[in-house]
Amino acid sequence: MSSVADGNTMMNEQRREFIKKTALGVFAGLGASSGLVPAFSLEKTALPVWDEKPVQGKIRWGMLIDTRKCKEGCQQCVAACHHEHNVPSFKNRNEEIRWIRKSSYKNVFPTSNDAGVSKKIQNRAVLSLCNHCADAPCTQICPTSATFKRWDGIVEIDYHRCIGCRFCMPACPYGSLSFNWQDPRTAIVDPVTAYPTRQQGVVEKCNFCSDRLVKGLQPACVETCPEEALTFGDLNDPASDIRVLLEDNVTMQRKPELGTKPSIFYII
Amino acid sequence: MIENALKGNRAYWIWIASLFALIATGLSAYYQQRWFGLGVTGMGVDASWGIYTAQFTFLIGVAASSVLVVFLYYLLHQHEFAKTVIIALFMAASAALMSILFVVADMGKPDRFLNLIFYPNPRSLVFWDLLLLSGYLATSIISGWAMLGAEKKGVPPPVWVKSVLYISIPLALFIYTVTAVLYAGLPDLNLWLTIMLAIRFIASACAAGCSLLIVVTLILKRTTGFDAGKKASEKLVTFAAYAGLANIFLLGLAFFTTSYSNVPWMWFSFITGVVSIIILLVPALRKSQQLFVAACTTLVLSIWIDKSAGLMIGGGPVPVPLGSIAEYVPTSIEIFVALGIWSFGTLLLTALLKVVVAVKVENEC
Repeated sequence: MSSVADGNTMMNEQRREFIKKTALGVFAGLGASSGLVPAFSLEKTALPVWDEKPVQGKIRWGMLIDTRKCKEGCQQCVAACHHEHNVPSFKNRNEEIRWIRKSSYKNVFPTSNDAGVSKKIQNRAVLSLCNHCADAPCTQICPTSATFKRWDGIVEIDYHRCIGCRFCMPACPYGSLSFNWQDPRTAIVDPVTAYPTRQQGVVEKCNFCSDRLVKGLQPACVETCPEEALTFGDLNDPASDIRVLLEDNVTMQRKPELGTKPSIFYII
Repeated sequence: MIENALKGNRAYWIWIASLFALIATGLSAYYQQRWFGLGVTGMGVDASWGIYTAQFTFLIGVAASSVLVVFLYYLLHQHEFAKTVIIALFMAASAALMSILFVVADMGKPDRFLNLIFYPNPRSLVFWDLLLLSGYLATSIISGWAMLGAEKKGVPPPVWVKSVLYISIPLALFIYTVTAVLYAGLPDLNLWLTIMLAIRFIASACAAGCSLLIVVTLILKRTTGFDAGKKASEKLVTFAAYAGLANIFLLGLAFFTTSYSNVPWMWFSFITGVVSIIILLVPALRKSQQLFVAACTTLVLSIWIDKSAGLMIGGGPVPVPLGSIAEYVPTSIEIFVALGIWSFGTLLLTALLKVVVAVKVENEC
């Protein structure tokens, strides 16, 4: 009998210990998740700009470039973008990395009819960046889905998955992708810590400042432009600035005949 | 069986040693490319592809064409190909392996090669192309080796070999079609913006593959005395010539539709193609052994230029999306890496054919 009783007390004690520890664990867990116990609390997460869960295709970010306002010789947006994203500046044209650039009207719109376009416009420098196409050929051709379409319409590259096969480069009709032909870190003039650098052997391009959007900021080029020539917004929202401007103006896209449905629009 | 590849005369070992020397040079060149990045090649912002992709494209054709012999022997029961079939299979395997190696050499991050398996994109033709190519490499080497093993034992090949070979026939057709469709969909490649490319690819593959097979069997005959048979060789010539004719016709048509006529290398490819086909088609001309070998080699060269150098390098401006002009000239590092991969494939083919000859000679005694 006594041995059984002894056994019972032992079991009870074990059980008590177990319950105590479990309760402590649950409390600690609750405390951590609710932030009651600061020492235990989980990693702090920044509140996202959007409270709701991402819905595929609900938002489609786009940009409108007013080439009339864009000032001759001004490179502020290019400088801001390339600084913000640690884009290296190689002197050798062959190894250039370009997220955003200004080139001639003819280069940006090679297939457009230029018969009725004045010399003044033809000589105008036009800003070009990744079009974040709705039907992006680069995402389709990428064998590992390292170049992919985000829920908000941004075409993004996973620099850790890219195998550097470069099939996306000829697939893009706009020449928006750059390849790291050598270690880019040697050519970053003034590195920032807020955005990662890339490795040798991967492709990269404009990310529509997805790193800034998540903080509730406008893309760097839009924010920097002194002439306010760039308008950024949700193409799916009828009340957004960009939609209002698109409805009020005649705009054009680059190589619309290819059916890639670019998210970048131009007022000429 | 493989031990037969380790026995050979002086000439054999000199050949093997020179291949190893080229492989070593290729490896050291590749080491530099890995260390400094693909910037050591002649490729750049505008010419994002160069001789690596060119060899890849050409070699897929060579690999795919070998299936023609399999098709003739197993489906159409043309028994004169009995001795050629195994050579064709091993040539296909070597060519497929080389084209995979050229893909790896062209990668910025070859250490992430397995991402193709871990994160495949089923919408990507590149993924399918590499998957089918690997499958074709497997079917060629497995069926070839099994057939050789059976022959050594003096028994008929196992039943499953036939099934593997049947699978390899559509695979061969698909690898080149998928490659052609992939290229035809790239807006950047002006000269390739046509779906006719798939038909051209297949015609040129048959021509180049059959010619190369003839050259390989002739080399085998000269060096080892192993004769694949005159009838097989004659039939292969017919195929090479008519496929070459079809290819020249299609290439000629392209001169009227795109800017081909502006590319000197294309003219070179066209003219050498025409000349070699005439030699192969006229019996009086092809009687001369030297002229015959020269014609076969020239046809291969003509297609190599059309397929790779012509479309990649073009001997001049490469069309680029933003309209600017890019000059692409391969660097010595690039050339040595390419030579190294070619040597590796040739080494593999030499070793496999050495075993084939040893087994056949053993059986004939």
